[in-house]
Order: sequence, then structure tokens, then C-alpha cells
Amino acid sequence: MVNARGISFSKVMLILGLLFLYLPMFVLIVYSFNASRLVSVWAGFSTHWYSALFEDQQILSAVWMSLKIAFYSASMAMCLGTLCAFVITRFKRMRGRTLLSGMITAPLVMPEVITGLSLLLLFVQLAELTGWPADRGMVTIWIAHTTFCSAYVAVVVSARLQEVDHSIEEAAMDLGCTPLKTFFVVTLPVIAPALVSGWLLAFTLSLDDLVIASFVSGPGSTTLPMVVFSSVRMGISPKINALATLIILTVSLVAFIAWYVMRRNEKRRRSGRLS
Amino acid sequence: MNVNPTPAPLTARVRTLLFHRRVLFGIPFAWLLLFFLLPFALILKISLTSAVMAIPPYEPVFRLAENTLSVVVNFGNYLFLLSDSLYVAAYWGSVKTALISTIACLLIGYPMAYAMARAPKHWQLVLLLLVMLPSWTSFLIRVYAWMGILGNQGLLNSLLLWLGLIDEPLKMLNTNFAVILGITYAYLPFMVLPIFTNLVKLDLRLLEAASDLGCRSITTFWAITLPLSKAGILAGCMLVFIPAVGEFVIPELLGGPDTLMIGKVLWEEFFNNRDWPVASALAIVMLALLLVPIILFHRFQSREMSKNG
Repeated sequence: MVNARGISFSKVMLILGLLFLYLPMFVLIVYSFNASRLVSVWAGFSTHWYSALFEDQQILSAVWMSLKIAFYSASMAMCLGTLCAFVITRFKRMRGRTLLSGMITAPLVMPEVITGLSLLLLFVQLAELTGWPADRGMVTIWIAHTTFCSAYVAVVVSARLQEVDHSIEEAAMDLGCTPLKTFFVVTLPVIAPALVSGWLLAFTLSLDDLVIASFVSGPGSTTLPMVVFSSVRMGISPKINALATLIILTVSLVAFIAWYVMRRNEKRRRSGRLS
Repeated sequence: MNVNPTPAPLTARVRTLLFHRRVLFGIPFAWLLLFFLLPFALILKISLTSAVMAIPPYEPVFRLAENTLSVVVNFGNYLFLLSDSLYVAAYWGSVKTALISTIACLLIGYPMAYAMARAPKHWQLVLLLLVMLPSWTSFLIRVYAWMGILGNQGLLNSLLLWLGLIDEPLKMLNTNFAVILGITYAYLPFMVLPIFTNLVKLDLRLLEAASDLGCRSITTFWAITLPLSKAGILAGCMLVFIPAVGEFVIPELLGGPDTLMIGKVLWEEFFNNRDWPVASALAIVMLALLLVPIILFHRFQSREMSKNG
């Protein structure tokens, strides 16, 4: 396995693994252009399913609903997750720190059916006791998504916070900066890339969630995964192939831009160090 | 920030500083207490009630009538779970499926992570993005893709028929095999990521030393690389195993009528039978099964989060 130049077992596995990850998605993309409904028959190139997709009002309104929820959830999760990461990495002796770090890591692995059910029960009880939330819908989904997305943001941001040189923060405070100002002037610019990637991760997680949203949503708030799920439950649907292609292309584009920016920054950093 | 270089008496400034810290700490703490921890107490409470046709569909635990508070606790749901072999089979099926999928992910993911960690620096970022990219697209759609591949008239069967390897389509969709394949496929990136971050930090001089001392490369791997990447392996396995036990989408779309998994059973109890107390009891038992793995994962993760910080 250590054989550096030749073709090693691990390299072969890497290539096979990547093929395994990408072939099914590639199949979806190819078949979204198939004129036939059937997967086994290739009836010629067609963009028919794309025009059908854009005429489907139910899908379009679900897309809009999901994008709104994902935007608000990602933004709130970014704030909450960063705060979590900050207090856990900086306030070592705070009482309750162990409990907080437990509550922020558990959502990473908690099965979705449990999270969804538990939050629904909370909302039902709250509505009984306080009258809020009167209807379940966008707000309850937003709260649910914010909670589990914060955990992912906290992991991404705390990894970055650990790399930040502590002494710069201390120097700023010794020179009379208030902690708040120190955070915004010294810490925030350094961890900004982590905030961006945390926000993006939270956005995709929220956009993709079916199970938790199904539990805590109410009538009239149908998200995109719910529409996709109810239609693929019935079997193959070419419209969903078209939708899948659009999602895969969008994510690939964003990932490419992220890679490009990271590479440029890396190069700039390296040339800065050399000069 | 928590080190005060000059030990001074608690001046007003320090006191406000401490107050601000407590507020900063309190915000995420209160949010998670309310929206993460409290709900678990509620599941436990509802699991001890009995179902009724009402809104909400369970009986209250605390009843106040004629100045007496009565507490009604019903263990019936748990006894019901034990007595019906369906539920026991579903738990066993979930754990078994999750375990096989985790092992499959590890066997595929470890060599992938190893090759990535040994790749030239400028390749590592590209490879990492390539591995993680599928997990950023839709989970639901990636599972759905296999429906078109594994079906009786699907791509794989058509291919095998065309090659003449089989005479009639193999039944692959709606089997336990499809569920295991689906879980392995969907969770593979979460296995690769922690192992890669672990292997990439490995001190290469250790490997050089071993080889200088005459260790064969395969021995070096077993004696040095593998033991040192234990933490990454553990984290990866937990990231796959724990959510896979409660998986609902994959058994629902790729599994058949004989696929018994607890996430699916819980979903059906809740949405189809509207039996909230039994669904809650199912969740509590699942949580009890997963407690040890979750604690293991938490210990790893909190070590990662508070390293040298």
C-alpha cells in the first residue's frame, strides 16, 4: 500500500469508489434527457421533462418554500453554531460547558426520526400550554432545521477557531480593545471562510431534509423533499430526473467556485510567504 | 480570553465582562436546552401514556381533579413492544443492516481515504471535494437513482441480460441487499472524511523510520498506520452506524415488504396508525440502544473541538 509510484491497491479503490459515487448520479443526468419514460429504453434526446418540470406549479412552489426555509435556517444556524463553537473553544471553565458540547454534537448523529418526533411533541405541548405555535409550518421547520444545522456549523467553525492564534486576540485586548470589538476586528475576519462554508453546509442540509420537516410541518407548508418523496414513492419519474440534474449541476458549480477561490487564496498565501 | 494576565480585584469592568460571557454562553445553551434536550423528556413522557382518539392523541400523565393530583403512568407500550415479535425483529434488522453497511463503508472508505492522504498536496483538496460533493446534493435523489438502476427493468438488469449473464431479471430492488447498498452509497462520504483528516495528520517520519528499520510496507501499515488512525475509524463508523439504525428513506424506497427497520416502523406507527405513545416508546428504546455509540462519538468529537484551543 505504501508503494508510491506504481498502481497501489488503495489508488484502485479510490478510483472505484469515486466511480461508485458518481455513476448513479451520471445515470440520472443522462436519463433526464431521455424521451421515454422507461429507464431501459433510450428513445432519443429530449428536453421535454425540463419543460414539464417548469410547468409543475406544485414543484415550483415547493422549491420556493424550501429555498426560503433553507436561507433563514442557514443564517440562524450560522450565528448560533458560531456562538456555540466560540464559547466551547474559549470558555474552558464555564459551568454547563460539558452539557452544551454534548447537546451540540449529538444532533450530528441523532437518527432523524427521533429528532423529528421529539420536536413535534415539543411543539404540540407548547401550543397546549402557551398557545404558540398555533399552526405548524414554516416557523416550526425553521426552528427544527436551525437546531440540527447549528451542530454542523459548530464543527466547521470550531476546527477553524482552533487554528486562530490566541495571542493576537490577547494582544488586541491588552491594547484596550473590548472583547466584542476584538471578536469583530480580529477573530471574525480569520474565521470568515469557515462561516461561509458552514452557512453553505447548513443551507444544503436544510434544503435536503425530508424526515424532520415531515414531522414538524403542517398543512400548506410542503417542502421540496416532501414533493419529491411522494412522487418517487410511486416509482421512476422523469420530471424528478430533470430536477435531480439541475440540483447536481448547481451544487457542482458552487463546489467548483469554492475550490477556485480556495486555490487562489492558497497560492496568494504561498507567494506572500516567499516574498 | 479566559486568562487574565494581571490578578486584580473584581472591578466593575471585570464583573461586566463575566456577565457578558454568561449571556454569550446562555444563548446557545437555552436554545439547545429548549429545542434539543427538553423534547427528549417529552418523548419519554408521551411513551408512558396511552393512545386515545383525540387531539393530541394521548392521555395526560398528570391529572388534577377535585384537588387531587393523580399521576398516571402506563408501561403498556413497552410491554407491547416486547410482546410483539415484529418490533424485536425490526430492532434486530436495523442493527444488522446498519452494521453490515458500516463494515462495507469502512472496507471501501479506508483505502479511499488512505490514497487521498498519500496523494500530492494539490490533489488532496480536489479529491476531498469530489468525495464530499455527492453528500451536498440531495440525499433523497441519490437514493432514488438506485431505483432506476436496480429495478427489474432497470439499467443493471438490462445490462446483465444484454451480456447474456442472466436469462431473466434478478430481483434486486425491494430487497435487503438494495437497502444495504443504498446505505453504503449514501453514507460513504461520512466514512471517508474523518479517516482522511486523521491520516493526513499522520507523521510520515514514523513510516520512514519503520522502513529504515527494515519493516515491510504491509507490516508498517498494520503496526503503525492502522493503530494511529483508530480515532478516525471510530468517528467514521459512528457517523455511519448511528443514523443508519434509524434510517427511514432508504428502507422505504429500496426495501421490500420484508425489510424490517425501526425507522420505518416508527414512521408507520406515527403517520399511518397515529399511535403517538407507541411511536415514542419505539424512539426511547432506539435511543437506549444507541446510547453507547452516541457517547463514544461525543467523546471523540469533543476532543476534536477542544484540542489546543
